[in-house]
Parts: sequence; C-alpha cells; structure tokens
Amino acid sequence: MGDFRALKDRIAVVGVGNTAYGSFPETDDYGLGAEAFRRAVEDCGIEKDRIDGLLVCRVPYYARMGQILGLNPRWTISLPPHGRMSAMGIIEAAAALHAGLCDYAALIYTNIGRSRRVNYGGDESPGFWDPWGMTSPGAAHALMFRRHMALYGTTTRQLAEVSVAFRHHAILHPDAVMKKPITIEDHETARPICEPLRLLDYCLINDGAVCLIMTTRERARDLRKRPVLISGIGGREAYTDASIANFDLNFWYEEAQDMARQAYGMAGVGPGDVDAFMCYDNFSPTVLFALEGLGFCGRGESGAFVEGGTLRLGGKLPTNTDGGHLSNSYMQGWALNVEAVRQIRGECGERQVPGAEVVQFAAVTPCSRTIIYTPG
Amino acid sequence: MSATTATATPAKPLPTLDPVSKGFWDLANRGRLSVQRCDDCGHRHYPGAPVCPRCLSRQQTWEPVSGRGTLLSWVRFHRAYWEGFAPDIPYVVILVGLEEGPMMISNLVGARAEDVPIGAPLEVVFERATDQINLPKFRPRRG
Ligand SMILES: [Zn+2]
Repeated sequence: MGDFRALKDRIAVVGVGNTAYGSFPETDDYGLGAEAFRRAVEDCGIEKDRIDGLLVCRVPYYARMGQILGLNPRWTISLPPHGRMSAMGIIEAAAALHAGLCDYAALIYTNIGRSRRVNYGGDESPGFWDPWGMTSPGAAHALMFRRHMALYGTTTRQLAEVSVAFRHHAILHPDAVMKKPITIEDHETARPICEPLRLLDYCLINDGAVCLIMTTRERARDLRKRPVLISGIGGREAYTDASIANFDLNFWYEEAQDMARQAYGMAGVGPGDVDAFMCYDNFSPTVLFALEGLGFCGRGESGAFVEGGTLRLGGKLPTNTDGGHLSNSYMQGWALNVEAVRQIRGECGERQVPGAEVVQFAAVTPCSRTIIYTPG
Repeated sequence: MSATTATATPAKPLPTLDPVSKGFWDLANRGRLSVQRCDDCGHRHYPGAPVCPRCLSRQQTWEPVSGRGTLLSWVRFHRAYWEGFAPDIPYVVILVGLEEGPMMISNLVGARAEDVPIGAPLEVVFERATDQINLPKFRPRRG
C-alpha cells in the first residue's frame, strides 16, 4: 500500500527558468513557454531529448507545445489556468517520476493575460451569483477579509504590511515588474476596487512564462546544479461552497492545518524551521490566511503577526522574496516555486535569505497545497 | 419594487434557468425563498444539484424556507464588470447565512452596509428583474 511520505527527498527540482515579465504582444503563449523551457534546460544542462514527461498549465494545447519543443514524452498532463495549480502540478510530477512514468519532467506555465486584456470577472468567467453583481476572485477575498476584520479586529493597515513587504522585495529583484516603493499610507489611499480591498491588494496581470525541470534524486546528480529536494508535501480541497468561487467562510483554516500536518510531518520540520516562505498571493488577504492555517501564528492573529516588517527580508519570516504576485509577476504560484529553488541554491543576490535551507511554498485556496524544499 | 421594462441601460446578467434551478425561480416568482431538500436524508443545500451531495439521492424538492438569515460579510464594488452594473457603482454585495443552513450571495436593501454589523439579522425581500425572474435580496430584520 502506498504512502505519500515515501516521496520524501526522492524527487528533485534540477532546472528552473523564466522569461522576462511584462507585456509581450509580439509573441504568444507558446513563444513564452518555449523561452522559459530553453532557460530551464540551459540552467540544468540536460540534453533536451531526454525529457520524457511534460506538464503544462495555461498552455492552450499541450501537443502544440510538445511539437514546438520537439518532445514526444511518455507522460503528459495539461492543467487548467487556475492559480491553485502550481503545487498541484509539481506534486503530480513528483509522483509520476517516483512511479517511473517518466524520468525527466518539464513543467511549463505560460500567461499572456496582459496582452489579451484578461480581467478575471464579468462575462469572461460566468458565475452563479452574477445576477447580484458578484464576480471576480478579488471580490471573494474582499468578502473573506471583511469577515476576518469583524471576527478578529484585523485592520487594512495590517493588511498593507503584506503588499509593502513584497514591493520591497520586488525592488531587489531584477526581473520584477513593480519597482516603485510603497508605504502603508499608499496602500490605504489607493483606489478601492472591491472594498475593503484596494488596488495594492490585487495581483498584477502580466505576461510571462516559467519552467521547472524535475527528476529523481539519483538522476539529479548528473546535472549541472545542486538539486533541490522535495522533502514535504501536503494538500486538501474545500469544495463544499464551490459555487462561491475562491471563497471559504473559515479562510481555509482547517484545510491548511491538515496540509501543514501532512507536510511538516513528512519533512520532519515545523513552521519555526522555515527560513523563507513563498506564499500564493493572488490577493493580499490570502497571505494572512496561510500564516494562520500553517501555524506561523495563532488563529486570528495574522494581522498583529505581520506588523513591523515580519515578512520582509531580515524579518522573522521572509516571505515572497521575489515580490510575489503582488509585485513581481503573476505567474500563478509557479514563479514562487522557482524562487524557492533559487533561495536554496543561494542564487538570489540582494534578496538572498542567508543560509536558506528550508523553504516552503503554500497556496491556501479551494485546493490548498504546500511543498517544503531542502538542499540535496 | 423596480420596473420590469428594459431601459436604455444594458441589461444585468440573469440567472440560468435549467431543470434543477427552475423550481427555485418558480417559487421566487411567488415571493418564496427556497433551498433544495433531499427527500431521502433531509440534507438542505443551495445552489441546487442534480443529486444530493450527502447521499446522492435524485429525489429532491425545493422547500420554502423562513427567509431569515444573518449577515456573514459584505463588500462594495467600485468597478463594473458588466455595463449593466455601471450605473449602480459603487454597489454592495452581501453574504447571507440562512437560518436553515445554506449560504447565499445577495444585495442589501434598505440600509447602508456600514450600519449593519456582521452577524446582524436579515430577511428576504424580492426585486423583480424580468417577467421570469424575481431576485431575492435582503434587508435588516425588524424586531
Ligand atoms: Zn440526501
């Protein structure tokens, strides 16, 4: 009988690559994906044709991607363009590699939403509650944050700490889109989009692509860079109230607690051991929900926890050191996993967390997932 | 309350009428709020589903409910994702927890959201959108 914990330290991320981030109307999904793939192949020095597993996310047609890259793998998965898919995909690839369904997997995410003028609401994504004017994932997070404010006394000034910390990191990151420093006051006076959330609580919408190459720990030894191991994984879905998309009345607390138990137990570490935290941040409140659910602070205490620069480099829990979705790039979790790998490799320059050895990614969403990365 | 005839304003999105949801909108047309109740296990849920999410029974009935609930949260939209909502900007969307259990997204009428605390009691009122659609909305409950 299988036990997911058997995957501990067996699978490595060996290559990572990303395009520039911004607005690239001159290319398309495939052009961006191909560039990220080229860079990831170069990063690990693998002979391209040895890649026999392909996972794509937000790529229109997996077979066209394979054709362009000259790949005829024996394992393919295509995931929908939802932000929650990154760690889901990485975990699926790890399981496939462990089972021997492929030997080397390339995971490619592309997004050309800026050039396509995607706005994530209205008729573009019809929902059950449209007749009442309820639409967009940002509004769902606004609904949750209002409730968090009422239950726990959390303030928008505390929420601002998230956006301010991530912007600070983006300024240190050469690839990041947003470079202008912001303050708590800037956050408080920004244009309201869906109260209580304002512009600086919303992720960017930009073009770009990310690629990760994964293999087994044994095969990883033959490649260029020091492997980064997957030491812990955890997951739990919350579909009961799925008609209200991207919403959970209890901030996915139980689900995050469950995945934390799985991942920390498997990796043999706890929240106090995490050197850097990469947190899916489509909207700033989800970071607070993740901090509580994973046990970095008590339930309802995330507002006070983040005050005073906790999430900044040099703070107690450096978080989204690349700037995250709020200020680096809207790569829907994929770039944060790349950043986790680069932190462990020590490749992050000015934004490096000294001696980072335990780096955790988490997405607290209707499909919550977390991955704990360590050096191989 | 509102007129049924179209104006120069583009229409707002309307609910999808299908074999599952039809019972809800039939009752709404008569001014009754309902949730789907499983004939076999009694589970109540909303929106409707082709089978009971608890026991998978296909035998389900739209059951009128009290129309009473509490305010669980609210937001105020400053952006119109449909032209039909542009004249309403900024407008308030609320989350209501019905006394019978299920949650509903709706709009607040008859009060400023700032004046209604989270947890406050609400009651349903209907606003006619078209000849076929009578939309449930909520107002602070008196007494
Ligand atoms: Zn039932």
